[in-house]
Amino acid sequence: MSTAQLDTPRLDFAGSPINRDLTPDQKIDLFRQMVRIRRFEQTALKYYNAGKMGGFLHLYIGQEAVAVGTISLKLENDHFITAYRDHGHALSVGMGMNECMAEMYGKQTGCSKGKGGSMHFFAPDKGYWGGHGIVGGQTPLGLGLAYGLKYLEKEGCCLCYLGDGAVNQGAFHESLNIAALFNLPVIYVIENNGYSMGTSQKRSSSYRGCLAQRAEGYDMEWDVIDGSDIYEVRAKTHIAMERARKEQKPAILEISTYRYYGHSVADANAKKYRTPEEIENYKQNHDPITLFRRRLVAEGIFTEEQADQISKEAADEAAASAKFAEESPAPTVADIMTDVYWESDNNTEASKTGWHFFND
Amino acid sequence: MSRTLTYREALREGLDEELARDPNVVLMGEEVAQYNGAYKVTEGLWKKWGDKRIVDTPISEAGFIGMGIGASMLGVRPVMELMFWSFHSVAFDQLVNNAACVRYMSGGLINCPIVMRGPANGGTNVGATHSHIPEGLFAAFPGLKVCAPATPADAKGLIKAAIRDNDPVYVMENTLLYGTTGEVPDPAEGDHVVPLGKADVKREGTDISLIAHGRSVIHALAAAETLQAEHGISAEVLDLRSIRPLDVDAILATVRKTNRVVLVDESKPFGGVSAMVATLIQEHAFDYLDAPVKRVCTIDAPAIYSPHIENQQLPNPGRIVEKVLSMR
Repeated sequence: MSTAQLDTPRLDFAGSPINRDLTPDQKIDLFRQMVRIRRFEQTALKYYNAGKMGGFLHLYIGQEAVAVGTISLKLENDHFITAYRDHGHALSVGMGMNECMAEMYGKQTGCSKGKGGSMHFFAPDKGYWGGHGIVGGQTPLGLGLAYGLKYLEKEGCCLCYLGDGAVNQGAFHESLNIAALFNLPVIYVIENNGYSMGTSQKRSSSYRGCLAQRAEGYDMEWDVIDGSDIYEVRAKTHIAMERARKEQKPAILEISTYRYYGHSVADANAKKYRTPEEIENYKQNHDPITLFRRRLVAEGIFTEEQADQISKEAADEAAASAKFAEESPAPTVADIMTDVYWESDNNTEASKTGWHFFND
Repeated sequence: MSRTLTYREALREGLDEELARDPNVVLMGEEVAQYNGAYKVTEGLWKKWGDKRIVDTPISEAGFIGMGIGASMLGVRPVMELMFWSFHSVAFDQLVNNAACVRYMSGGLINCPIVMRGPANGGTNVGATHSHIPEGLFAAFPGLKVCAPATPADAKGLIKAAIRDNDPVYVMENTLLYGTTGEVPDPAEGDHVVPLGKADVKREGTDISLIAHGRSVIHALAAAETLQAEHGISAEVLDLRSIRPLDVDAILATVRKTNRVVLVDESKPFGGVSAMVATLIQEHAFDYLDAPVKRVCTIDAPAIYSPHIENQQLPNPGRIVEKVLSMR
């Protein structure tokens, strides 16, 4: 979907079956979750720039309605997996800011004990399988989660998120073929923010109307969604998820969105490949949080002051998580050797064999 | 009582027993079901277990191996056949970035109880791209376990151990061993499981240790017979069986016993299994050595096609004997 398409009047999805019955509290909660992601990441950016974290920092700011909207539809047996831009999904499935921030700080209290970092948040108990570092490499894993659901005869689906850059990876196409061939309940959610790292989609993907249309080559359902409207995200994703759960049909959903920062903080201002006007247009006209806030105020769900209060609470929570991370202990050198193998933690015979590798 | 089975039959018996033991075990790969397996290891299993348990996949290694890894994270225990381990390169990202790393990156939250199996060997005149021997390569990735059975009994015992293991285990079989025969314990006598990480002395000896794995064990045993018969040299043959975990204690024990060692390894010399074993020996048993550690590896070039010469590129009994005699 191009900017021009986004600027044309859109359908209103507030009255769609999945949104119609939302209570005021549920609507406020959707807003709160989006704001929490934004404040969390703004806080992370501040401390990243202060040198408190290592590695990369891929910010999700601008894309919040995608994770919050889709994951808000989760039922018991649904699963989620994504790539390295994973903070938004992690908070949406219910991971705590403390464990996430501490992971970025590389601390023992992090969700992966400081072994994964920003790109590798996991919470399998919440159906969240992470956080993967290779572009497109998570797409067969999402397929496998769907396969597992089917094999174990559980009614559920797997949402596998990828960026528009990943649609050109072979692993993605292999996954689509198998998903359709085996009738697996996997939904590939392309979060199309327009740029594959620093190369625009127009210069990296061969396509006509949209990327999701590639589904047709695999006889698969697809849809295109405006990612600035959380109601639309929920309405259309819900249809695909129900189809996957009940009929075990895969689908591709292309959700148009925009990241305000660069691919990572390494190209923080992202000025090499896009104009300040373009960025400003999205912030002014398509920001998912601003639009939803405006809508909820108009609906009388909350006042501007109440919305500000929610934002402030989220900022305070994020600040507290940074303090928690700062004060948490770092892993020790001995921790380097744990969690490599199942047995090594259980001290079995096999784990002792070859221990020399670790000690030398 | 034991019976004589082929290596292929022993593997199949192991797979069949594990399919019966655990309903979450599923076999997947190219031609494993209706075609009965490219190398007939899975022959008859589809007919017995049906579409749910024995699954044909497209020729799409990154896709189906990644799918197996994802399914294993959710509690399925997939056994994936790679028709040739040479095709690992197509799925390398899944094999080393996902299977090997996800447990560590998640701080131990996620396990991948998956088995990758299939033939990894040269010697069949199929050219460079179909003749890779990558056990040393995969053993270099912490998080993966790697084994290479040489006999039917070990093939059955190791595949069963691999399926029960909670980590990803890569089983390197050998096309040229599939038809070989050997004694395998009768199932009536109990569960035959060979633990990962335990080497096996296949032949006792006193003068020199031949340390090998996979098909090289067969060559080492043949060389040992020649050395005894023609030169009066008593060679001990240690079969590593597992590459990782590696039975370092057994390696050091045989070196301390014989004080001389030739490593026989079908993988390439640069960074291969024998390179690691040689390093361990000099680190931990240097004082016991009466001669430098020597190696017989695959000659360091891509695999040659020519049926006239390929066996000379690989370790063989003649090359092993020659190497041992050069140490006198």
